[in-house]
Amino acid sequence: MNLLEVEDLKKHYPIRAGLLRREVGRVRAVDGVSFHIAKGETLALVGESGCGKTTVSRCILRALPVTSGAIRFATGDGEAAVDLATLPKRQIRPLRRHMQMIFQDPYASLNPRMMVGDIIAEPLKVNGVPAAERRDRVLELLELVQMPPGARTRFPHAFSGGQRQRVGIARALALNPKLVVADEPVSALDVSVQAQIINLLLDLQDRLGLSMLFVAHDLSVVRHVSDRVAVMYVGRIVEVAPTDALYRAPLHPYTEALLAAVPAPDPTRRSRRRVAQGEVADPANPPPGCAFHPRCPYAVERCRQERPELMPAGNGRAVSCHRAGELELAGVR
Amino acid sequence: MQQTPMAERTALAIRDLAVQFESEQGVVRALDGVSFDLHAGRTLGIVGESGCGKSVTARSILRIVDRPGRITGGHMLLDPGTPQEVDLAALDPESKRMREVRGGRIGLIFQEPMTALSVHYTVGNQIIEAVRQHSDVSKEEARNRAIELLREVGIPRPETRISAYPFELSGGLRQRVGIAMALAGDPEIVIADEPTTALDVTTQAQILALLRRLQAEKNIALMLITHDMGVIAEMADEVAVMYLGRVVEFAPVQQVFAAPRHPYTRALLRAVPSILATPRQRLSTIGGAVPHPGSRPTGCAYHPRCSERIGAICMEQRPRPVPSGEAGASCFKDEAREQAA
Amino acid sequence: MSVSTASDPPASDPRASDPKAAAAEARYAEATQLQLTWWRFRRHKLAVVSLFVIALFYGIAIFADFLAASDPHATDARRSFIPPQGIHLFDENGFNPHVYGLRGVRNPRTFQLSYSPDPARKLPVRLFTRGYTYNLLGLIETDIHLFGIEGGRPGEGIFLLGTDQLGRDLYSRMMVATRVSLSIGLAGVTLSLFLGVLLGGISGLYGGWVDLLIQRLIELLRSVPTIPLWMGLAAALPRTWSVIEVYFAITIIISLIGWTDLARVVRGRFLALREEDFVVAAELSGASQGRIIFRHMLPSFASHVIAATSLALPAMIISETSLSFLGLGLRPPAVSWGILLQDAQNIQVLAGAPWLLSAAVPVTLVILAFNFLGDGLRDAADPYG
Ligand SMILES: Nc1ncnc2c1ncn2[C@@H]1O[C@H](COP(=O)(O)OP(=O)(O)O)[C@@H](O)[C@H]1O
Ligand SMILES: Nc1ncnc2c1ncn2[C@@H]1O[C@H](COP(=O)(O)OP(=O)(O)O)[C@@H](O)[C@H]1O
Ligand code: SF4
Ligand code: SF4
Ligand SMILES: [Mg+2]
Ligand SMILES: [Mg+2]
Repeated sequence: MNLLEVEDLKKHYPIRAGLLRREVGRVRAVDGVSFHIAKGETLALVGESGCGKTTVSRCILRALPVTSGAIRFATGDGEAAVDLATLPKRQIRPLRRHMQMIFQDPYASLNPRMMVGDIIAEPLKVNGVPAAERRDRVLELLELVQMPPGARTRFPHAFSGGQRQRVGIARALALNPKLVVADEPVSALDVSVQAQIINLLLDLQDRLGLSMLFVAHDLSVVRHVSDRVAVMYVGRIVEVAPTDALYRAPLHPYTEALLAAVPAPDPTRRSRRRVAQGEVADPANPPPGCAFHPRCPYAVERCRQERPELMPAGNGRAVSCHRAGELELAGVR
Repeated sequence: MQQTPMAERTALAIRDLAVQFESEQGVVRALDGVSFDLHAGRTLGIVGESGCGKSVTARSILRIVDRPGRITGGHMLLDPGTPQEVDLAALDPESKRMREVRGGRIGLIFQEPMTALSVHYTVGNQIIEAVRQHSDVSKEEARNRAIELLREVGIPRPETRISAYPFELSGGLRQRVGIAMALAGDPEIVIADEPTTALDVTTQAQILALLRRLQAEKNIALMLITHDMGVIAEMADEVAVMYLGRVVEFAPVQQVFAAPRHPYTRALLRAVPSILATPRQRLSTIGGAVPHPGSRPTGCAYHPRCSERIGAICMEQRPRPVPSGEAGASCFKDEAREQAA
Repeated sequence: MSVSTASDPPASDPRASDPKAAAAEARYAEATQLQLTWWRFRRHKLAVVSLFVIALFYGIAIFADFLAASDPHATDARRSFIPPQGIHLFDENGFNPHVYGLRGVRNPRTFQLSYSPDPARKLPVRLFTRGYTYNLLGLIETDIHLFGIEGGRPGEGIFLLGTDQLGRDLYSRMMVATRVSLSIGLAGVTLSLFLGVLLGGISGLYGGWVDLLIQRLIELLRSVPTIPLWMGLAAALPRTWSVIEVYFAITIIISLIGWTDLARVVRGRFLALREEDFVVAAELSGASQGRIIFRHMLPSFASHVIAATSLALPAMIISETSLSFLGLGLRPPAVSWGILLQDAQNIQVLAGAPWLLSAAVPVTLVILAFNFLGDGLRDAADPYG
């Protein structure tokens, strides 16, 4: 059963200019994104920066108002799915306990003026959990993320990036959410700490049966963590596939380029790889046709004219490329 | 002892460099006897977790360590063994000589290019300024040189981009401008401090390719600082692994990946996530975190985290430092292995 | 439960062996943001010194009458322009602090009688002497002053900084002026703070056209050159208004510009904080708007507001001083630094009585001190920004 179904989600930012701040254009940060997340599943969202990953994750949690589309969320407690995209803010507040976020920057995401115990207890407090129960739950959560109980009375500045990220995870788990959205949770961390946090996330997921949207730009990390991967480019999903299939045999040229760009930790395999040229297109002014065509080595005339749609490609895969069937793209092995 | 091949001229020799930060909280020995060589046309990769002293090393060479840091020992010999040999550690940071070296003989590329760029001036102004600081040319010549530099670093339409402000450029283009700035004085040595850490993989690949091309064209001695083992594998000829202000292993790059000798190097390599991983594969971790350099553990500084400790000696005595210019590891276990062999 | 940490080696804490370092570490870990700010502030030596200087000046403002040696309003044409009198600590009998008495001298040309020091007569200087009557802290009526002379004829006194044209003791006037100038600065900044936080907060919180309107208003106010604006407004004050009425009117006039700066700081912080991850986290946990603002946002920019305030204060003080100096601010008999300096306007007067310029010293000191303090506070509050 699907916990979350996103359909044709759009988020446009108006570009305003002049004294009267009239709208002169739009940043199409997210421009028609559809995907689903099953119960207990991790979907990774990957792509270069600026392609709309953060915007998607914040829209799903309604930290941002949505321009159009549907975000159907089924708590699975016997209640029917609700459309978060159209729900008024007031009615979203009671649903917040079911969906939580883990942030990228472990320094910015914890209030420097609150003690760690209070930070973790905050979601409990605003959702009316009594004080005695809160205390026990905070201790339980600290243990869950492998932090000493003494951390409760300390301030965030006393902890390293990795430890802070653990605190952030504890806060996200405080209300036993069904869905966790993690926006680049390990990107800001050192390798050794990153490994600890990845293991922690995998363990927590096994234990708690969490569903997760895992946003990342590091494809190595994604391979460890996710069940399926959605690749985004300039506000759209260009390919979705089960993780292994995507890495072994990508169907979209952009996926191939991303995979090729990851430096292998092996000096004997040093670059015979092709480097993707050019830069991410501007979402305020995307190229016509396939947005990837200016950078795509396989582009043909049709790509410049006609926008490809995301089409099913069998085995739970979907791809948005005119030449998807004919190209032999290189994966990693 | 295996001798690394040294076909190329040594451009810079760092010997026993020590840097301290003194404050009310106490003395932090950020660098505690660092030695390595940079060779023309070759890349030395410096790798280690954050806080191990990579940036302080880079900044010391250029004599731009933040206060209250100061160099308390060691030498940094430019052109070692030649009549022009000069010890950068002995120069006054504000002296004319040092200013010539900084940005002239040695260029610096920052992680965040905006560190080197001002938001108030156009890209062109700043590069022209840098060009004129290190060579006696007319404004017009400097401008042409700036355009040429921008073209060299792969910026499309340099004639128009020269009048852009840094904030009008994307992260990747900005880093290219950062590289152009570093090249403005036509340096023989370039120090790149995590030049791709803030970039996407695709942009990172572009920038690394650019650095490799420029190095080959200009026979630059490149010191590449990173915490990414993938970048090291991709770029380095030799690797210095740093931990708590010391080089704990030094070796040619193949050797580091094929047969790492220091337990820390091994642990670092194991912790790197793999693009070939199986689904839900756990990573091996290094326990604990890097201690603050202000409270350095006794004996081998890595011992509290080391999973290969061989006994009390690790806690009590300091292992022999890596001899400069030779492959080796600063570890008792490695010493024992070597003696056995 | 036990989450797999298979490859973790036994963790031994390297710091456990050093109890002093461990204690320092714990102290740091449990320090509040306020303490951390204070520790960072303490490192700015100049700012700390400035804090003391400012505390001293506000001490003077509070105890102005107690510190004054003679009635700052008492005129006596005969003792005009007496140069500063030094206190002589010793005489032939040993330690006996004293000043010289005054001797009437007739000017041989104008035949006017004026006083000048008379070394023949020693007036002993004593602590806690009786003088004019005032209300200590506005509550206790008393006539005790910190120091004064004993004995002495009417009109005689101790004139540490000399006297002005009307024979008023400059030192005593300076004490009282300190109170007026500093309090008007404080009142002005309080009003600015109120307006700034209110309008800046509304602007940052609601955004949209309200924000647009407030921003345009701020730009408008800031585009008008300050001095002519003030002059116009001040000149419009009826001459018949009492000292108190003028005092409040001037306060309002000088805060008219001051609030715009503070409003910008507040709005800027509001906008920045709203995007801050920890505020988003609070929102996502289901916290109400009020809780987000008061629990998560306000504490984070209180320090910025304090810093901005301490940077705005000197501008207020300078404004009052310049308005009064130009004769457009407070008017005699009120005493403020501006009014004291007004007396030093005349170049001829200055040539004969340069000590009148000493009123510029406290102005400069306080302005500098506030600026250093503000810089220190700003750095301490936001070491990265
Ligand atoms: N508040 C905003 N106003 C205008 N444009 C925005 C805003 N937030 C994000 N964008 C734009 O939307 C695009 C997607 O941004 P984001 O979702 O942050 O990408 P990612 O997380 O993949 O790096 C970017 O081009 C960004 O410039
Ligand atoms: N400005 C500074 N003041 C005090 N200590 C510093 C300063 N800069 C660096 N250090 C110390 O030097 C150590 C090494 O820092 P750095 O070279 O920046 O690490 P890296 O670049 O490897 O992440 C840090 O752990 C820190 O304790
Ligand atoms: S549609 Fe054309 S341009 Fe786009 S990815 Fe496919 S081949 Fe390349
Ligand atoms: S010296 Fe001992 S503790 Fe240090 S790395 Fe070698 S084995 Fe580990
Ligand atoms: Mg993002
Ligand atoms: Mg660094």
